[in-house]
Amino acid sequence: MEANSPTTAAASATVSGNLAEIRNYTMNFGPQHPSAHGVLRLVLELDGEAIQKADPHIGLLHRGTEKLAESKPFNHSIGYMDRLDYVSMMCNEHAYVLAIERLLGITPPERAQYIRVLFDEITRILNHLIWLGAHALDIGAMTVFLLCFKEREELMDVYEAVSGTRMHATYYRPGGVYRDLPESMPKYQVSKWRSAKEVERLNETRSGSMLDFIDAFAARFPAAVADYETLLTDNRIWKQRTVNIGVVPPERAMALGFSGPMLRGSGVVWDLRKKQPYEVYDRMDFDIPVGTNGDCYDRYLVRVEELRQSARIVRQCVDWLRKHPGPVMIDDRKVRPPSREHMKGDMESLIHHFKFFTEGYDVPAGETYAVVEAPKGEFGIYLVSDGANKPYRLKCRAPGFAHLASLAEMVRGHMLADVVAVIGTQDIVFGEVDR
Amino acid sequence: MEHTTDQPAAAGAGVEALAQAIERAVQGLTRLPSLAHELAYRVESAQLLEVCRALRDTPELRFEMLMDVAGIDFLQFGREEWLTTGATRSGFSRAREQNAPPDPDMAGRFAVVYQLLSITHNARLRLRVVCPDTREPIVDSLVQIWPSANWFEREAFDLFGILFRGHPDLRRILTDYGFIGHPFRKDFPLIGNVETRYDPQKKRVVYEPVSIVPRVLAPKVIRHDNRYEPALTAPELPR
Repeated sequence: MEANSPTTAAASATVSGNLAEIRNYTMNFGPQHPSAHGVLRLVLELDGEAIQKADPHIGLLHRGTEKLAESKPFNHSIGYMDRLDYVSMMCNEHAYVLAIERLLGITPPERAQYIRVLFDEITRILNHLIWLGAHALDIGAMTVFLLCFKEREELMDVYEAVSGTRMHATYYRPGGVYRDLPESMPKYQVSKWRSAKEVERLNETRSGSMLDFIDAFAARFPAAVADYETLLTDNRIWKQRTVNIGVVPPERAMALGFSGPMLRGSGVVWDLRKKQPYEVYDRMDFDIPVGTNGDCYDRYLVRVEELRQSARIVRQCVDWLRKHPGPVMIDDRKVRPPSREHMKGDMESLIHHFKFFTEGYDVPAGETYAVVEAPKGEFGIYLVSDGANKPYRLKCRAPGFAHLASLAEMVRGHMLADVVAVIGTQDIVFGEVDR
Repeated sequence: MEHTTDQPAAAGAGVEALAQAIERAVQGLTRLPSLAHELAYRVESAQLLEVCRALRDTPELRFEMLMDVAGIDFLQFGREEWLTTGATRSGFSRAREQNAPPDPDMAGRFAVVYQLLSITHNARLRLRVVCPDTREPIVDSLVQIWPSANWFEREAFDLFGILFRGHPDLRRILTDYGFIGHPFRKDFPLIGNVETRYDPQKKRVVYEPVSIVPRVLAPKVIRHDNRYEPALTAPELPR
């Protein structure tokens, strides 16, 4: 058929009244689409606007983290873990460090365990804030994004103050954490963009120690969460976009390997912090929110409630940490570098320092699977050691990988616009999916 | 340290009770040494489907979730990167030599490791199945038992070249379109085989053999630390 000729085109339009001529669309979604949350390429087969088939193509951010880690001494890869799920950095480190500690048979000091729980929960708030902002932005609520980032910035300052970087902290180490919490918070300075009055207001909570700052944040944070809820929870448009979208029944959620809020949104009471507690989670008082319908709206409610519960845990940790000073690193020369003072006056310490940071330490042969309840779900590290100074096999079990695998099933039959809602509700981050 | 909550709650006695329940209900498992709070078994590849179905459906076990599937390549297991026997006489840098390459067709080179989770009984279990044939490593696919196996098995196929019998859609998943080789195999170079650049003459992206010379900055060494002697801790990981 000559498609260019208007007469034949018009003729075929009348002739093609039969159904055989109506074919499904195949459409590319991403990998540069702003609501594809990174580099997701989705090949969608559409019948009109309804999704018939979705085939996610992943791997565009594959960096071979596991293979890289297998080529380096154990401690060199802690920083890679931050870059897996790059919006919940310290939780990834946590699983990796736990796996090494279990193979070495060491336990960090109590204060380090509290600091880890504190930062796990700060990380959860960071993650859920960016999730809430991005998810709301994807399906049409702009304001929430800006509000979330305002609070998130404060916590980024905490990250920076404790580790020196805003995102990729490398703060957890086998045997504890890199250093104790600082006694002061960095302050805003007067500049031509910020008046003295403005700076005074911004620095109000920054005059004390970092714990004071975190405590002040956790105390006012529930009010901020209430603000987000005012904008969304009873919002008619929000409900139209999320209620009964991407419904997953509990049995199916388990069969698909869901974890974290995705599993709890479907009504399965499962949280590793409660069921298989690590560090000092068994001493924390907090609740596990659970959904009933397993749709996007329930998962939203679960995550918003987790924000409040995390703030609760943060305050308990701050309380304990204030009263109990002490070491934050195990006193074991195997995993702890010598202090700077020792290195200045003692050649053995200098050699030790050099060998520690170049060759590292050997981990006894064995295998372990260490899991943490990361903000997105079960983040696991399967670590096999053959007794060398490098991991023999490292496998990162990323929660998002299992969630994204079910995307095709969750969007089938929905409209094109709902794909964005489902991607948002899965809290996909490609750093961990592609690894 | 007076406080040790490092190990998950379901540890110690719970693990032994679970081991007994598993050995009562399922035949053909070989217990593997593991850390005190973990439980690991080896399954023969012929029995994999039958064993997994029993683990999922037996009421006392109910492993309703498959959390992870990992391929392993044992080619370099326990082998150091450099031989440095003559290091003290002629200087470390000159005495070093590459270890002789191992046989790529060695038996039991590839294995698949499954991490199972029972939500009903709050228990974890690890299964390992060794691929019987190294040249064509193939095991049964678990997609029909746990749908979550789908992408995990695609990943193991992509990165290790392990085939899964009965998988509905065994395609590459993480590597590039048209990628050649299985990059997580231990004999695949870390820097890869090809590099890519934009060719202004051809006006497209082209692949070329890598120009980087591979090198090892921190060699893999195994030091025999008496704290980790087999007699003092768990026995060495069996193959």
